[in-house]
Amino acid sequence: METFLGIDYPTLWYLVVGLLFSGYAILEGFDYGAGAWHLFFKKDLSRRIAINAIGPLWDANQVWLIIGGGALFAGFPVMYATMLSAMYIPFMLFLVLLVLRSSAIKFRSAEEMKWWRKSWDIIYFISNVLIAFLLGVVLGNILQGFEIHENFSYKGGIFFSFLSPYAIIVGLTTLSIFMTQGAIFLLLKTEGRLHARLTFLLKKGMVFFITSFAVTSLYTLVFIPGVTDKFKENPLFFVLPLLAFLAVANVPRLVSKKKYSNALLFSSLTMAFLLMLVAFQLYPVLLPSTIDPEYSVTIYNAASSQKSLGIMLTIVLIGAPLLAGYFLFLYKTFHGKVKLDDTSY
Amino acid sequence: MDVEILARIQFAFTIAFHYIYPPLSIGIGLIMVIMEGLYLKTGNKQYEILTRFWLKIFAITFGIGVATGIIMEFEFGTNWAVYSKYVGDIFGSALAAEGLFAFGLESTFLGILIFGWNRVSPRVHFISAIGVFLGSMFSAVWIVVANSWQQTPAGYHIVGEGVNARAEVTDFWAMVFNPSSVDRIIHVWQGAFLAGAFMILSVHAYYLLKGRYIEISKKAFKIALSVATIVSLLQLVSGHSSADGVAENQPAKLAAMEGHYDKSAPADLYVFGWVDDETQEVTGISVPGGLSFLVHQDFQAPITGLNAFSEEDRPGQVNAVFQFYHIMISIGMFLIALTLYASFLWWKGTLFDKKWLLKIFTFSVILPQIANQVGWFAAEMGRQPWIVYGHLRTSQGFSQEVSANQIVFSLVLFTVVYSILLLLFLYSLNKKIKHGPYNEAENPEEFLKYT
Ligand code: HDD
Ligand code: HEM
Ligand code: HEM
Repeated sequence: METFLGIDYPTLWYLVVGLLFSGYAILEGFDYGAGAWHLFFKKDLSRRIAINAIGPLWDANQVWLIIGGGALFAGFPVMYATMLSAMYIPFMLFLVLLVLRSSAIKFRSAEEMKWWRKSWDIIYFISNVLIAFLLGVVLGNILQGFEIHENFSYKGGIFFSFLSPYAIIVGLTTLSIFMTQGAIFLLLKTEGRLHARLTFLLKKGMVFFITSFAVTSLYTLVFIPGVTDKFKENPLFFVLPLLAFLAVANVPRLVSKKKYSNALLFSSLTMAFLLMLVAFQLYPVLLPSTIDPEYSVTIYNAASSQKSLGIMLTIVLIGAPLLAGYFLFLYKTFHGKVKLDDTSY
Repeated sequence: MDVEILARIQFAFTIAFHYIYPPLSIGIGLIMVIMEGLYLKTGNKQYEILTRFWLKIFAITFGIGVATGIIMEFEFGTNWAVYSKYVGDIFGSALAAEGLFAFGLESTFLGILIFGWNRVSPRVHFISAIGVFLGSMFSAVWIVVANSWQQTPAGYHIVGEGVNARAEVTDFWAMVFNPSSVDRIIHVWQGAFLAGAFMILSVHAYYLLKGRYIEISKKAFKIALSVATIVSLLQLVSGHSSADGVAENQPAKLAAMEGHYDKSAPADLYVFGWVDDETQEVTGISVPGGLSFLVHQDFQAPITGLNAFSEEDRPGQVNAVFQFYHIMISIGMFLIALTLYASFLWWKGTLFDKKWLLKIFTFSVILPQIANQVGWFAAEMGRQPWIVYGHLRTSQGFSQEVSANQIVFSLVLFTVVYSILLLLFLYSLNKKIKHGPYNEAENPEEFLKYT
């Protein structure tokens, strides 16, 4: 098998995909999170400011989903195909909600009528909440494993089986961490009354996060097989949750000192550590089979050819610095508090 | 209905809907870059007004294009799992390149383009416009490469058997430059330029008819007319080249496009007609031996017909392929005639005197849209029954795990949401056009001076 710096290609690609989805979770995390607070703001102007806080950024942030999805298709076509067809309903809902969400951003402020704005506000709020929740639900399902038989054929339930209790808990945890992230981001971008209200809301968000996180951790330890074994094998499994905990503990302190960008950094780190934990726990499996570990989708049996992976790694080496450059420029241009003008939504 | 049919309907519906917007974005993007370039070069405020106006419309089409595109990306996995596994190795690199080079470029600079007027210098703003435009051109490249590969596969070998069979890349550049990709990329780009140019022609023809914004509308009309005239002529060239390629690589498709059944005989070129699949007859007006002439420069040369293929190896809906193909060509010819005539009047100096001509331009916005849609329908239905030409059948490509009910559920969802989206699009388009490029009430003096 071909290697680069001593790491085989499928593992490298696993890192690439992991990195892309982490980027997606962190950046769209504050977009969805900000939207999940939407109805907690009462005034029309506050809502408009909240939308324009993500205004010039969310389209770019969404690219992480698009590239992540493409990278999954490209590097692990078997995983892409098996997961999406097995999780048909949640993904279709997710996609339709994405469309509704972007419509809400685009069209909400296009008209003055009260009913018009109210309706879009509700659609916007619900779609953000559900998107965050569904992403967590899919993650929960992956951790639990799928009923996969020989040749990667899925024989599990079709319509509502994705809503298992564990998946729901992971879904709520995801929502809570996105909401924390979103509130911090909005604190960074706003002033005045809205800002004061957000300081209050962030506290609620953190309580929501810490409770649901504790419940998920317990549930995982008790009900998800194999997790405790892994803990014994590898000390990283103690370090990562610990780091995640320390990172999140830092957030209230930084917020009270009004160091919002640092607070955002630390809540992003929390997310990154938790995702790393998931990645370590699964590796090299992508989609565990509940029937027989033999049938699981792994980075080796799902990968594209060595040649193809080699080409794609080259593309990433060229493309990633470019993309990083675009992002830096974009974020620099729109640095600072929201100012509404004639180009705003 | 079975899963295969439903999956096909859903794919056709969602991609056809997606394909309303990207061509507009690409075409408007091109002309917007020209307008902003002229503004930077001449400093004439009229070009700035035009750029700002079209940017607003661009923002809507682009936004819907993105939203509906994400659905397409994931639909391969949800509905066409077997096919995704089969082509993953090939599409992989194309998709990775598309994501990083095209979508990354367009979506980051989009923010600066739309919200950056007051934050960056005019030069940086212009560079962002070029970035977004180039990004949208690249998006078209990679996705059409992927599609062309499934029409005319190259640079690969097949490994594995049965359900585990899949194509693997052996030669990346042969895969990218497969026999049909260059012709089709050019054809698709130009189709997009036409969609955008006719949108701009239509709106400004409407203003001219209404007597509003006369000065800037004349400027915009001339820019768009220049693009439209050149491109509609070139479209004939690239279309002909595509047809030559189809004759060589996908003879069954070519035969369906012209309703040619005889195993091997000289073939006619129809202007229009109706195909009866039962009797294998075409009724209509044709140039005898015309197709033979176009392909081989010889009216007597034999062309392989549908009967040279067994029933299960050739497209089923011959009449549909025939009609779609002929509608595209008729529209192409009409656009050539229309733009040439208008250019002639421009040269004579009477371009804006003929009301009926402006009326035709107002309505012509729909024509390139139709041609783009039916062009794809002809190309994709003509590829049937193969999902990967000659290798994998459409009937083998769909997700085995997905049930008909699930697809019906998602299809209903899409129909509802897309209908709303289309209404919103038309509504805000109409509103932006009615409102116009310049607010008269705000500054009447400037209004008189510039528009
Ligand atoms: C990279 C792949 C790709 C690209 C760029 C396109 N398509 Fe496609 N198309 C497919 C990949 C595909 C497919 C997944 O391979 C389908 C699904 C069923 C089939 O036979 O091919 C298909 C089917 C399909 C059908 C149904 C044909 C039938 O079932 O008889 C239509 C009408 C279109 N497409 C139309 C379009 C349009 C309007 C496109 C332009 C935007 C387009 N396709 C781009
Ligand atoms: C099944 C095939 C297709 C898939 C999977 C697909 C996927 C996507 C995705 C994910 C996006 C959003 C990207 C972003 O955030 O910028 C998008 C937008 C776009 N797509 Fe497609 N697309 C398909 C067909 C096409 C075709 C045939 C074209 C050719 C013209 C095209 C041109 C574009 C453009 C220019 C955009 C930017 C948005 C816009 O201009 O409206 N797409 N597409
Ligand atoms: C003027 C004469 C034209 C000719 C001879 C022509 C020819 C063709 C041919 C042979 C194909 C099938 C290619 C394949 O299956 O590989 C095709 C497809 C297509 N055509 Fe045209 N065309 C013409 C005009 C137009 C116009 C005016 C438009 C749009 C404004 C257009 C848009 C398309 C599109 C979008 C496709 C599908 C993509 C592709 O397969 O390239 N065509 N055309």
